[in-house]
Amino acid sequence: MKNICKSFPGVRALKNVDFTLRKGEIHALMGENGAGKSTLIKVLTGVHPKDSGQIFLDMGGSLKEINVRSPQEAQNLGISTVYQEITLCPNLTVAENMFIGRGNYRLVNWRTMKKRAADILEKLNIPARAAQQLGTCSIAVQQMVAIARAVDMECKVLILDEPTSSLDEQEVEKLFSLMQDLKSRGVGIIFITHFLDQVYQVSDRITVLRNGELVGEYEAKELPKVQLISKMMGKDLEDVSAIKKQKPPEEKNDVPPVYEAVGLSSINFPNAFDFRISKGEVNGFTGLLGSGRSESVRAIFAADKITGGRIRINGKEVKIRKPKDAMKQGIGYLPEDRKRDGIVEDLSVRENIILALQVMKGFFKPFSRAEAEAFADKYIKLLGIKTASMDTPIKQLSGGNQQKAIVARWLLTNPQYLILDEPTRGIDVGTKVEIQKLILKLAEEGVSVTFISSEIEEMLRTCSRLIVMRDRKMVGELKGDEMTQDNIMHMIAGEAVHDA
Amino acid sequence: MMRNFFRKLTGSQLIIPLFSLLLLIVFNLIRDVSFFSISIVTNNQGYPVLSGNLISILNGASAVAIMSIGMTLITSCCKGQDISVAAVAAIAGSVFVSVLRSREITIPVIILAFLYACLVSVLFSLFNGVLVAVFKIQPMIATLILFSAGRSIAYWINGGATPTISNPLLAAIGGFIPGIPIPTPIIIMVIFLILIILVLKFTTLGLYTQVVGINEGTAHLNGINPVLVKLLAFVISGICVATAGCITVCRIGLINHETLLLDAEMDVILAVAIGGTALSGGRFNLYGSVIGAYIIQALTVTLYAMKVPSAAVKAYKAVVIIIIVVMSSPVVKEFIVKLYKRIFKKETDIKAAANTA
Repeated sequence: MKNICKSFPGVRALKNVDFTLRKGEIHALMGENGAGKSTLIKVLTGVHPKDSGQIFLDMGGSLKEINVRSPQEAQNLGISTVYQEITLCPNLTVAENMFIGRGNYRLVNWRTMKKRAADILEKLNIPARAAQQLGTCSIAVQQMVAIARAVDMECKVLILDEPTSSLDEQEVEKLFSLMQDLKSRGVGIIFITHFLDQVYQVSDRITVLRNGELVGEYEAKELPKVQLISKMMGKDLEDVSAIKKQKPPEEKNDVPPVYEAVGLSSINFPNAFDFRISKGEVNGFTGLLGSGRSESVRAIFAADKITGGRIRINGKEVKIRKPKDAMKQGIGYLPEDRKRDGIVEDLSVRENIILALQVMKGFFKPFSRAEAEAFADKYIKLLGIKTASMDTPIKQLSGGNQQKAIVARWLLTNPQYLILDEPTRGIDVGTKVEIQKLILKLAEEGVSVTFISSEIEEMLRTCSRLIVMRDRKMVGELKGDEMTQDNIMHMIAGEAVHDA
Repeated sequence: MMRNFFRKLTGSQLIIPLFSLLLLIVFNLIRDVSFFSISIVTNNQGYPVLSGNLISILNGASAVAIMSIGMTLITSCCKGQDISVAAVAAIAGSVFVSVLRSREITIPVIILAFLYACLVSVLFSLFNGVLVAVFKIQPMIATLILFSAGRSIAYWINGGATPTISNPLLAAIGGFIPGIPIPTPIIIMVIFLILIILVLKFTTLGLYTQVVGINEGTAHLNGINPVLVKLLAFVISGICVATAGCITVCRIGLINHETLLLDAEMDVILAVAIGGTALSGGRFNLYGSVIGAYIIQALTVTLYAMKVPSAAVKAYKAVVIIIIVVMSSPVVKEFIVKLYKRIFKKETDIKAAANTA
């Protein structure tokens, strides 16, 4: 791709970007949110028409300029994309998903289709049966099926857009070995991710974009991680290292904890657990995906139906049976799935920010327009939310800014205990750092925070106590010097913890 | 300035309904300048009253406009429509008449009868609401039950009869209050609209309804009970429906469970759609729905004025409605915005060129 330009109303999304993908390489496309990664991909796949520039594709040995006008056309040319959110149909079978919508409207021979699907699945070592309903497979397998579909279409270019963000480590490993396999078959893979470690694990080359401009193309081996980050952010990384120095205060024993649960259980987390957090403490729940870390905090916020347990807030026994009870006790909860449980897509940033406080204030006491605007304005400035205006529908914001708006929603309620479930998922490095700093700042101001992240490093950096979970049970707790990646791994694996 | 105005207008959900209404008005003015003329005539009770096509549009659309308010709320939070509104209106009308027939008709009795009709209508509406909100049945299927059974229930209430009720008090509600030249249904509609504006201003109904319609998960996690919000929408709709039923009974002076507001549910749903509320729920526009109701009625009156045979009116209406709905589709909207931008860009280019020259 050469000199690609693309403008949207009011924004120049891409400025003369070059991008080269070689045969049989894994090429990471890096950049913060809004750097133009998605736009570049969408131009390549024909979702958006380019304003200027040229795209060339290897057609049987020689480079030919191509003009991609639609995703269908891109597919026919051998450019396939697998998106972060699975775009297949969960209620069709694996085989059907692999063959639908491929511009073939002749009668279907079900038996050959199934046979062919089974062959590909076996060839790529994907643990799924052709006749199985796709929805019954795990997300990772669904993603692999999407890849298998692309492979069967004889794709030359495979684009993986954030494929690993909903996978646990083992699943990521499986995906990576599949990627390596495809690479050895000569497929060029464009890999987009926010996980830096993963980039170094599989990529041969890295292209960095910033603000719609090309920063450069690098050999992965020759670009240290810190430099990559600074290239993405366009500034030196004092920020990240600054975080490491701060440590939130340890808990004191003479003051009753802000929140204390005894024998708490919910329908989604049936194994009763005890949990406490003191004033100004930052702790974290860690464990593999599906270990129940989200379900346990959902139980604290009463997001799922509560089946038992006693709660004390500042030493006083209270009943928390539904989210509103928790909110009244000064608990805020930022859910794991921003899109499904966090934002209200079509409503404005302003409405999204005031929502929780409005609900707490009551049905018959709506905020006036002026009050709401004052609140929204304050937090848009405070958190640096990038939005055209406070009346812009939140769905038009980038992921990181949507997340900040949800954080703003809870900060506005002035909580004494804030639960943040994966607040840094799928957002750019800069915002990640900002959110971690914010957590520490809140803790300093006396707010207790429970922080969950798939990136253990982030948790080690911010938390003073880690609760380790396995198979929907709390299996242990790590404090101070015990908190090392090694110990967490061992605890998750169910082995003895070594002293650091 | 102009550009800002245009952007605001295209961004607003009100543009299509307002534009359609404007088009209808212009069309009628070209066709017959006197179409909208309002004259003062003396009615058969000897009072001077306003008369003319405009008045009959405003008057005739009252019932549908009132019901469209409730329908908008249901559409927004339940992502579907209540197709039983007209049948429930027939039930409410029958209850209204049966209470009136049991006593001497005085103003307190009328109020009592209306409250009774409201209560029954709300209960039936809540039946729909429980099916939709608690049992999570699709609104169209859930309300299909009363859609088909409602008029039979109305039939039982008055023992299968279609009694007439003639009383000057009721005539005043359905027609004119002596001394006031504006038809009473229009006044009731205005009162209703003011009430709804007040409710939207002094409660968070609008916010809650839209949040539930757009993202139930978020609503739950922010302390909103989606079930209650949905039930509330059905309760409000029940009151709207009872009001519409009672007005219509007063206007025609009898209750006929078979024909009272027959097919009105489709007009109501259409009014909501024309008004700019997506039938798949989410953001709503109450004023748009009310305007939508007037557009439908204006269309009907126009067609009658053009001497279109009544059997053919529906076909003509269908054609116009297709045009309106297509116009409001996102595809066309985008096209218009693009077109405008191209024209506007040229203008600025010319201006820029002129400046440099």
